Amino acid sequence: MNIHEYQAKELLDQYKVPIPKGISANDEASIDSAIAQLDSENLIVVKAQIHAGGRGKGTFTDGYKGGVQLCDSPEKAKSAGLAMLGNHLVTKQTGPQGRKVQTLYFTEGSAIDHEYYLAVVLDRESAQTVIIASTEGGMDIEAVAEKTPEKIIRVPVSLDMGLKPHHCRLIAFKLGFTGKQVKELSNILNGLYRLAIEKNAELIEINPLVTNQEGTLVALDAKVSFDSNALYKNPDIAELRDTNEEDPKEVEASAYNLNYIALEGNIACMVNGAGLAMATMDIIKSYGGEPANFLDVGGSANEEQVTAAFKIILSDPNVKGILVNIFGGIMKCDIIARGIVSAAKNVSLSVPLVVRLEGTNVEAGKKILKESGLELTSADSLAEAAEIITQKVTA
Amino acid sequence: MSILVDKNTRLVVQGITGNAGTFHTQQCVEYGTNVVAGVTPGKGGLKWENSVPICNTVNEAVQQHGANTSVIYVPPPFAADSILESIDAGIELIVCITEGIPVQDMAEVRHRLNQSSVNTRLIGPNCPGIITPGQCKIGIMPGYIHKEGRVGVVSRSGTLTYEAVWQLTQKGLGQSTCIGIGGDPINGTSQKDAVQLFNEDPDTDAIIMIGEIGGSAEEEACKYIKAHVSKPIAGFIAGASAPKGRTMGHAGAIISESGAGTAEAKFEAMEEAGVKIAKNPSKIADALMTCYSG
Repeated sequence: MNIHEYQAKELLDQYKVPIPKGISANDEASIDSAIAQLDSENLIVVKAQIHAGGRGKGTFTDGYKGGVQLCDSPEKAKSAGLAMLGNHLVTKQTGPQGRKVQTLYFTEGSAIDHEYYLAVVLDRESAQTVIIASTEGGMDIEAVAEKTPEKIIRVPVSLDMGLKPHHCRLIAFKLGFTGKQVKELSNILNGLYRLAIEKNAELIEINPLVTNQEGTLVALDAKVSFDSNALYKNPDIAELRDTNEEDPKEVEASAYNLNYIALEGNIACMVNGAGLAMATMDIIKSYGGEPANFLDVGGSANEEQVTAAFKIILSDPNVKGILVNIFGGIMKCDIIARGIVSAAKNVSLSVPLVVRLEGTNVEAGKKILKESGLELTSADSLAEAAEIITQKVTA
Repeated sequence: MSILVDKNTRLVVQGITGNAGTFHTQQCVEYGTNVVAGVTPGKGGLKWENSVPICNTVNEAVQQHGANTSVIYVPPPFAADSILESIDAGIELIVCITEGIPVQDMAEVRHRLNQSSVNTRLIGPNCPGIITPGQCKIGIMPGYIHKEGRVGVVSRSGTLTYEAVWQLTQKGLGQSTCIGIGGDPINGTSQKDAVQLFNEDPDTDAIIMIGEIGGSAEEEACKYIKAHVSKPIAGFIAGASAPKGRTMGHAGAIISESGAGTAEAKFEAMEEAGVKIAKNPSKIADALMTCYSG
């Protein structure tokens, strides 16, 4: 689960990681109040809060440029804020429709001497926490890793020992810090590491970490994402979820414990199991079709969930056909069949439907579909199902 | 005739009295699996379905009932601890079905498994389990789609494995053992581990490996295959049409923003290692057949 920068900064502050003073706002009154609380002698930075990178170089759909603005007066900060609020920001990560900006973050500007990169990652390959640092901050770290791998410092931290002072010294000296900066970096690393462990963060990225003109270290930007499976341990983190940042269909699906991801195509699919759901998308594509979504109804879906799943895929106006592919194991084919019939009664089914059932209770399932009087095509194999639905949709 | 599980397997079910535990234990017993005990803390001394003794701890199941293998249907907040309990009790093979275990909990489990004093193998979590057709079924896969034979199957997915197994069975190709290693980013047995077990098993003649986008488990397996495997081997990777940066149902199935973990790269690694690839998931058994005809 991703959170906004302003939420990440509040967490960093709790863990004693130095950040520039900042206040979030979501309407004109709170913009005024936020700006009034900042030092007007300083530059004010206005930052659009969306869950996507590349905000500074992004453009709004009305042509306004830049989701991060440096303002030299409170008036300019306010007008920048008003221009962004409610506007859609398009960045390299949002897709052409962009994301609606519903929250802004006003921070005091910092005079930057140098930009560094710092991250704490739960590395899935090695199953341990890894600290990543670089003197090349403020840019795309993956590009740095590709072009100049020698500039990336990786320090694994053993799970049972935890972060030790020597890890911090190693990173500090490799980054070229001296004197009190070594101590400052050590405090920052300890805060980030504790945050990662205590709150089950999968990634904490400070890009950039800067030294200001006094040589003091400050976290200028922050991106934090959490393990969704661990949210039950941290109710305070679960509350930071912003459903405005998610596709409404995905939010609806998650309420029914369905795994749904909206895509660009026009053939909807409903499948049990993540691997088979991906394979179903792949085979639609190999027959020249485009999948409209990924949808895994899971291993033990009931009739209500199947009905909800059907309504969600049909709420996508791009959908021109539906492919249901169920290989019953735990999931019984008759339950899927009843869900389809019940959903079809609730929503007017105006697009072709191809159903492929196999596995547990397959005969009972096929019988229910046949006797329902629904207009649908039954297929006996995955290949046949994909071929029929692509023909029907592209015809 | 098989790897890891057979008619000598003595199974203990952790979480036997829960809904999933009860349903699937019934199915496994019907299939012929030797379930020697169940564990539900606080219900020790009772009997499950008037037949299987319930213990309070896995240790008791090992000491009193000779359990050597465990299967876990415990909910996610308690599942990692259940794995650690089985390791401490000296269980040789643990099969964890549970989906949704926090990554950090699994990192602790991996750390424990890696210790030199530990000789336990873990399959999963977030997996369908393991089956040696005709002998022993541990997990949630439908038994009837399988057939006794000599093809080893390893996969990160559940239902996609059923799809591949069903294709094999319909063509008359039986299976020695089928292992679902699970869709989580941190797991016990890897693709490479399973391929190696099949390669070293005299009763497995051919191998099917089914992967997914994300991570590098398939690439690691391919390095081993290239160096050591001369048995016919075919494979498929799910997720060629998946977008970047999105988790496709399985926590481990994600192509990073930088483009690592794509189906394309994995297919390439497989071809390079001499694996016959199926680009179409309905042609997985056919791909294996080409090893024989070609």
